[in-house]
Amino acid sequence: MSLVRPRSLTAALSLMASDPTLMPIAGCTDVYVGLQFGTITQKRFIDLWRLKELHGISVEKDVLRIGALSTYTEIIESKIAQKRVPMLVAASREIGGAQIQNRGTLGGNVANASPAGDTLPVLAAANARIVLRNQQATRTVAFESYYTGYRKSVRQPDELIVAIEIPRISGTQWWRKVGTRRAQAISKIMMAAVRGADVRIAFGSVAPTVVVARKAGAILSGGGSVAAAQAALLTEIAPIDDVRSTGEYRAKVATNLLAQFWKDTA
Amino acid sequence: MKLTVNGQTRTVNAHPMKRLLDVLREDCGLTGTKEGCGEGECGACTVLIDGVAVDSCIVPVAHAEGCRVITIEGATATKTGKALQNAFVVHGGAQCGICTPGMILAATPLENGASLDEIKVALAGNLCRCTGYPAIFRSVESALKTPRRKSSRAGRL
Repeated sequence: MSLVRPRSLTAALSLMASDPTLMPIAGCTDVYVGLQFGTITQKRFIDLWRLKELHGISVEKDVLRIGALSTYTEIIESKIAQKRVPMLVAASREIGGAQIQNRGTLGGNVANASPAGDTLPVLAAANARIVLRNQQATRTVAFESYYTGYRKSVRQPDELIVAIEIPRISGTQWWRKVGTRRAQAISKIMMAAVRGADVRIAFGSVAPTVVVARKAGAILSGGGSVAAAQAALLTEIAPIDDVRSTGEYRAKVATNLLAQFWKDTA
Repeated sequence: MKLTVNGQTRTVNAHPMKRLLDVLREDCGLTGTKEGCGEGECGACTVLIDGVAVDSCIVPVAHAEGCRVITIEGATATKTGKALQNAFVVHGGAQCGICTPGMILAATPLENGASLDEIKVALAGNLCRCTGYPAIFRSVESALKTPRRKSSRAGRL
């Protein structure tokens, strides 16, 4: 096992270009779990934790830019994040406990690509964009096209996630996580949604990657009934049985969450 | 690698990805920090890095390099830490004791007068399997002098 510790983003990107087997690490909240359980087979790691270029939350041209290494605690405490994406702040508060929130990062949640990643439905509902950079260039990918399958993404081996961008959101934001207990529990299912002129709904833990319930959202936007939206939703998600829950339970709760969202934001 | 543990500078010769928990226990001989789950679930191994609570079982020692680490052995050097330790004794906040160092360190960053809700949020990442949370919350409330109007419900869950 080896760890390289570049002192700048430029140095990090140069290392990434020279060694495609390097696995980026930062807050490590998932890394040591993976090492312990043998699910991480990489042996060569690159430490990004102290790269100042990847920290910071700001607004540029009316777009919220969250540095990839912003921790959940930083997001919770950020006045701009509280104002612009309260659903992201709410999701961050429910991740692990204080110790995890102090270390886990938004970029890490995206990179780890777990179907149960708590911030992922929020980013989908918020129409977020992922900013990727390699030695040559920077590119921006719509969050919705970021994942290509279970734990697979469009990120190339020489690229780093440098920031997450969230355009201004118009409408009421809503977030709900359903787990075994309030803290320290991996989600059984979670839903993030925005009720504006368009209704945008996203679910986590109901498919190999985050799901945007486009049909259900369109029905609600168009003045359709909650029952019709619930029926459409069931065609859009594919929940499975696993250690945390059953597919049947998840499907039922998903439709209940949809109804609750519509009621709460009326 | 140099780090300051409980105010004392330590030079550690360890792999940068060695868990901070193991460095503290094996290289520094500070066995007050306990390993519970080993995967960031239970908070038993909580220490402070530059005043911030972390699970030392999932922190590479590289991330403590050049930082101030406080373990349970050093917590009583702070006023809050000492008050917390005494309160856990007086209010029966510890039974088997495995979670206690982590509970005390997770509560250390709280300010005096913190409400029960704030205490619960700070300790949400710390699991106890025997004493039960009411006695632990009472201990922390007592140490932090939580105002009565903000308190009251601990113990009546």
